Amino acid sequence: MAENGTELRIKGGKVYDPANGIDGEVRDILVRDGRIVDKVSEKARTFNIPGMVVMPGGIDIHCHIAGPKVNLSRKLQPEDHRLDVHPGTDVTRSGVGGVTPSTFATGYRYAMLGYTTAFDAAVPPLAARHVIEEFHDTPVIDKGFYVLLGNNMFLYDLLKQGRKQDFKDAIAWWVTAARAASVKLVNAGGDEFWKGRRNENVTDVNEKIDPFDLTPLHATAAFIEAVDELNMPHPAHIHCNNLGHSGNIQTTLDTMKAAEGHRAHIAHVQFHSYAGELGKRVQTGSEAIIDYINTHENITTDIGMVMFGKATAMTADAPLTWMLRNKDTKWINADTECESGCGVMPFSYQDTNYTHTMQWAIGLELFLLSQDPWRVMFSTDHPNGASFRTYPRLIRLLMDRGFRAEMMKQVNQKAISNSLLPQLDREYSLYEIAIITRAAPARALGLANKGHLGVGADADITIYTDDENRERMFNAPRYVIKAGKPIIEDHEFVDDHIGRFLHAEPVYDPAIEDHIRPFFDDYYSIRFNNYRVDASYLHDHEVMPLRNSGNGRKKKGK
Amino acid sequence: MSETKTPETEKDEPNIRIVEDATCTFCGCVCDDMELTVDLDANRITKAKNACVLGRAWFLQHGIEDHPQAMIDGREVPLEEAMDEAARILHEAKFPITYGLSDSPCEAQRVAVAINDLVRGNIDTTTSVCHGPSGIAFQGVGESTSTLGEVKNRADLVIYWGGNPAESHPRHFTRYTVTPKGRYIPNGKKDRYVVLIDVRKTPSAPVADQLIRVKPGRDFELLWALRALVRGRDIDPDIEKITGVSREVLDELVERMKNCNFGVLFFGMGLTMTRGRHFNSGALLALATDLNKYTHFVAKPVRGHGNVTGADNVVSWQTGYPFGVNFHRGYPRFNPGEYTTVDLLARGDADAALMIATDPASNFPKHAIEHLKKIPVISLDAKPTYTSRQARVAFMVATYGINTGGTVYRMDDVPITLRPAFDSPFPTDEEVLTGILTRLKKLRANGRKKAA
Repeated sequence: MAENGTELRIKGGKVYDPANGIDGEVRDILVRDGRIVDKVSEKARTFNIPGMVVMPGGIDIHCHIAGPKVNLSRKLQPEDHRLDVHPGTDVTRSGVGGVTPSTFATGYRYAMLGYTTAFDAAVPPLAARHVIEEFHDTPVIDKGFYVLLGNNMFLYDLLKQGRKQDFKDAIAWWVTAARAASVKLVNAGGDEFWKGRRNENVTDVNEKIDPFDLTPLHATAAFIEAVDELNMPHPAHIHCNNLGHSGNIQTTLDTMKAAEGHRAHIAHVQFHSYAGELGKRVQTGSEAIIDYINTHENITTDIGMVMFGKATAMTADAPLTWMLRNKDTKWINADTECESGCGVMPFSYQDTNYTHTMQWAIGLELFLLSQDPWRVMFSTDHPNGASFRTYPRLIRLLMDRGFRAEMMKQVNQKAISNSLLPQLDREYSLYEIAIITRAAPARALGLANKGHLGVGADADITIYTDDENRERMFNAPRYVIKAGKPIIEDHEFVDDHIGRFLHAEPVYDPAIEDHIRPFFDDYYSIRFNNYRVDASYLHDHEVMPLRNSGNGRKKKGK
Repeated sequence: MSETKTPETEKDEPNIRIVEDATCTFCGCVCDDMELTVDLDANRITKAKNACVLGRAWFLQHGIEDHPQAMIDGREVPLEEAMDEAARILHEAKFPITYGLSDSPCEAQRVAVAINDLVRGNIDTTTSVCHGPSGIAFQGVGESTSTLGEVKNRADLVIYWGGNPAESHPRHFTRYTVTPKGRYIPNGKKDRYVVLIDVRKTPSAPVADQLIRVKPGRDFELLWALRALVRGRDIDPDIEKITGVSREVLDELVERMKNCNFGVLFFGMGLTMTRGRHFNSGALLALATDLNKYTHFVAKPVRGHGNVTGADNVVSWQTGYPFGVNFHRGYPRFNPGEYTTVDLLARGDADAALMIATDPASNFPKHAIEHLKKIPVISLDAKPTYTSRQARVAFMVATYGINTGGTVYRMDDVPITLRPAFDSPFPTDEEVLTGILTRLKKLRANGRKKAA
């Protein structure tokens, strides 16, 4: 953070700051010591930007950018890097791009889209240290992660034994030990079927998970309740069962119903909005899903849009990647003891393909039918639906119905005629885009100082040249300011920045460690004392405040 | 977090410290259950509970040597002067190379890559001479794999191919894969079937339920025959003549693999560094993947050095490629055979070398060593080596895991934090490399000023 008295006056831009109700008004934004302030001195450096568009820095609420699964994908695809190199400059490191860029390229390329914060959505606790090490080498953006607990054997044992309070304490212990921002569930119950029953998978949320005497739905509901009751800044972040299968809308609806009375975040809901029959052609189920979300305020979601081109399936849902695998496609499976599974596989979405086109259309439909941009947020589940570099094109598809119509002509027509897309002529405004890419993710994550430009906010600011071609506009911000420090000026990098690590510290009874320790001795391959990520890994970090625990944010070291 | 304590009862005794849950970095097993008894007056570890025979030697024979921190051309110099000279060499070189890294913590490895990014050098790790072929095979076919704890909890069929862990990784069997009881393996070894596939009967053989001896250099043929049989295809009727393994043994093994609940194939340098190299690794990884059609099956290279897996990870996350990376054009490029160190040196390409925790002068091929003698070498090592004795600039650094902390990655990619036992008068390799990097940045900035 710039605490050296750096002052900036950003003058004459059109400001889009939905959290403060500002919709394109011309305003000056003042910055001092890394924060938005109401007054700066005469010495403040002035950016005269009449006619330009000013927004808070973008926030990616769901992506995969660090840790073992991403690194496996990097190692797996040299061909992808070679086509897309990322030279360094006098102020920045070099790297490689492709759909899973190296760490440095990842940070810089997010900045090059005007994004300044991102959360990795799936980290096994055993790999938390690896993720944080990569975060140190992922520049510019602030970052955090959700820890995978949804197939944790110890937690399942507690559920089976009906030890509700211990279950809650253990979740809080795990979040704290891993230094996570929230809890992620992926295909609850699926790991035991995959690793323990010769590569089977859960198909029904009401079937029993051997040997735990539980169903996926029971487990999911218990996690949702516990994470909410722990007052975590962000609720349980859920990858529902049956991802990618025709007819999975019932599973998705059942999961959301299980959350009634509690906050829950349904991740990449596009992949869970499929009607039709299992094993047959996918049909759109977007209306059923978005109707439920529109009418249930406890649910937030990110869409997980698909864009045509190169992607990589990368998920803790290992059986899914096995199902997607064509004969002889290179494929990774990586089991983490007692905690998680993982599958990685290069994948390509083709506009001639019925299913891929339908997935693309469903992502757009969900957005165009959404009634509350504050709860329906932007994502591609990078790199699963598409690389984060496709965001500008997807934003244009939401904002420009003419562009959408053109594109619809070029893709699989059978899918388009089966979709709702031809009937939808809504266009997103800049204000709404600022909500789904900035203000809403900040609110859903409980980040009071991000996603807006009010006094006290982090000075993470993106300035775009206004351009009717929204793809071109969002593809190249003119200026990016991170923590009050100009990083990109006139499209060029002028400085580097490490970025801050964001994590939560829910409260638990330390006595829970006495229950967890023996489990480690029996079933883990590392010692309990060597599991917790110690403070030496944190460097510049911030503890995200728990809900209802006052606004005073604890700030630590640098 | 440090689990250290000084027993009060021993007040008149030597100054003793116990370090619990310390980690042994001698081999890729990275066992983190060491209980070290440290004599702080003597700067010695007197007892290493839980350590294997190799680990005991690693800990107990470690002492602080009477040796300069830094030398230039064999003459003792202040540390600062040596770092100045190292930076000058790397700054002036047209084709500087860096090699080693596998016995350094990740924190130092990250700085080493940064140096190469800055000077547009070439970075390579010992992976290129051990499991490099497995890395190449991985790029072609992927890998079904798991952490070692999952093997402990679930594996009922354990196969070792081309390795002799009893001597190279003594606790692999006892801590992770064969003897331990696991969640679904309540009786430990009794619930597992262990197969050893090798060209000879090694000291690992007594652990196995079955030893299959393959003719030297015929691993690929044997693996390919297994793949065919798993898929229900016909194989060469002369398979026994070709591989030394009968059709009956193969059929039995295939049935065993298809019918286990959780199978694992561990493989060593007997597979990766013999005829066929990355084809061998690729065939083995593909076999494990094929078997997932029938049951859960994983594979894992048994890695040698304590943090070679960390080196693979760090180089991959910073550059996109695991080893053999060249920055000459201002961005990383990967080409094993071109940017791997033995090949570079044998061709006579490099004009300066930074050797980190490695001794190529003792174990590289003759042509490579000859070229190494002609160019300025900067060496960082915890002990004097052939390489350090010939180096233009030689740094004596603290030993990771004994004198310094940091992060290492076990062979299954599990990151573990080190707990140092006692202090060393020598700098860490991270400190030396950071000193060199800082100086290089200054040299470059001055160069830019002059040019402007």
